[in-house]
Amino acid sequence: MLHRLPAGAKLLTLAVLLSALIIAASPTAVVIGAAVTGAGYAVARVGWRVMLAQVWPLRWFAGVLMALQWWLSGLEQAVVTVGGLVVAVALAGLVTVTTRVTAMTAAFATGLRPLTVFGVDPQRVALMMALGIRAVPVVGGLAAEVREAHRARGLRLDPRTYGVPLVVRTLRQADAVGEALAARGLDD
Amino acid sequence: MIEVEGVTHRLGDRAVLDDVSVVLGERRIAIVGANGSGKSTFARLLNGLVEPDAGRVVVDGRDTVSDGAAVRRHVGFVFTNPDAQIVMPTVAEDVGLSLRRSRMDKDQIRQRVAEALAAVGLTGFDDRPSHLLSGGEKQLLALAGVLVARPDVLVCDEPTTLLDLRNTQRVMAILSGLDQQVVMITHDLDVLALFDRVLVFEAGRIVADAGPAEAVAAYRALVG
Repeated sequence: MLHRLPAGAKLLTLAVLLSALIIAASPTAVVIGAAVTGAGYAVARVGWRVMLAQVWPLRWFAGVLMALQWWLSGLEQAVVTVGGLVVAVALAGLVTVTTRVTAMTAAFATGLRPLTVFGVDPQRVALMMALGIRAVPVVGGLAAEVREAHRARGLRLDPRTYGVPLVVRTLRQADAVGEALAARGLDD
Repeated sequence: MIEVEGVTHRLGDRAVLDDVSVVLGERRIAIVGANGSGKSTFARLLNGLVEPDAGRVVVDGRDTVSDGAAVRRHVGFVFTNPDAQIVMPTVAEDVGLSLRRSRMDKDQIRQRVAEALAAVGLTGFDDRPSHLLSGGEKQLLALAGVLVARPDVLVCDEPTTLLDLRNTQRVMAILSGLDQQVVMITHDLDVLALFDRVLVFEAGRIVADAGPAEAVAAYRALVG
């Protein structure tokens, strides 16, 4: 059912729920938010594994933040901050996995239409968003290649030998994408 | 009809192309030559990705410099590495991107995307993440992204270099069956028999311009 909802409605709902979570800022709000998020994944029938995949990359950051907040502000504040963060990421992930990128970028383009009076081109912004989303796995792949090259040569990763080739490859990839867009007549 | 008139292109002091003139009217034209011989620069001139420092390139009456945007809509370009060409997260979105500037409605775009995917054998791949395709599937997707715009000319810069034998055969079968004029750079001398005319590049110049057998002989003599 969630898959069929308009992208704009989902993005608006996401904004409302996240605002409510921030304004309420209580453990109860976090629990309710978690319940709503869990229900959302159940209704969308995307499964708990997909939900876990959305928040799993946060585990180290969330762990450190939890410890820091507990130490500085107490357990309740730590639960509110970290719980709120995890719920927010899971909710945003739910919107992402139930919405086609084109639908999401089209919704953003529609939302940005009033800004055309200030010279903003909504279609261009939407294309930039799509390119940004596409860039995530591409840069991840480039990073994996650099890591493999280190392993193959028996080298240890250090910021210079890892960062420099990754930045160079990323810039080359950006050049290539620019050329590909021009070749497809999308350079104006 | 592609007319290249006295074109020179320089990178610093080096002439990558040196006073090249040629008229390309055949349906299937291949370009061979050593690395650095100017083949890729020549290919990029044909749809205005590279502008000549001297001379001019005219495609069906359109100058690639003064009318570059129109030329690029008219001349599709397939790169060696499909990862550079695929820019959208899913297969259908990437193919549809080429119709972004068209005035077609969503249903028309969906129909054209489906036709393009069918033409390259990727029916049913619409919602697949483009970065998770195999190398061969990515090149077929890149080809679909060009064909969906229905260009009159297709320029391919070594489209099979990164592919295995099976995918090379798939791509070549698709290219052979197209109605469009195809200009293709290749290092694979086995596929040249499919072409009407072969240009051999060396040091920024065309040193042989003939049918496949004669051109291959000239190229082999050149590399010793």
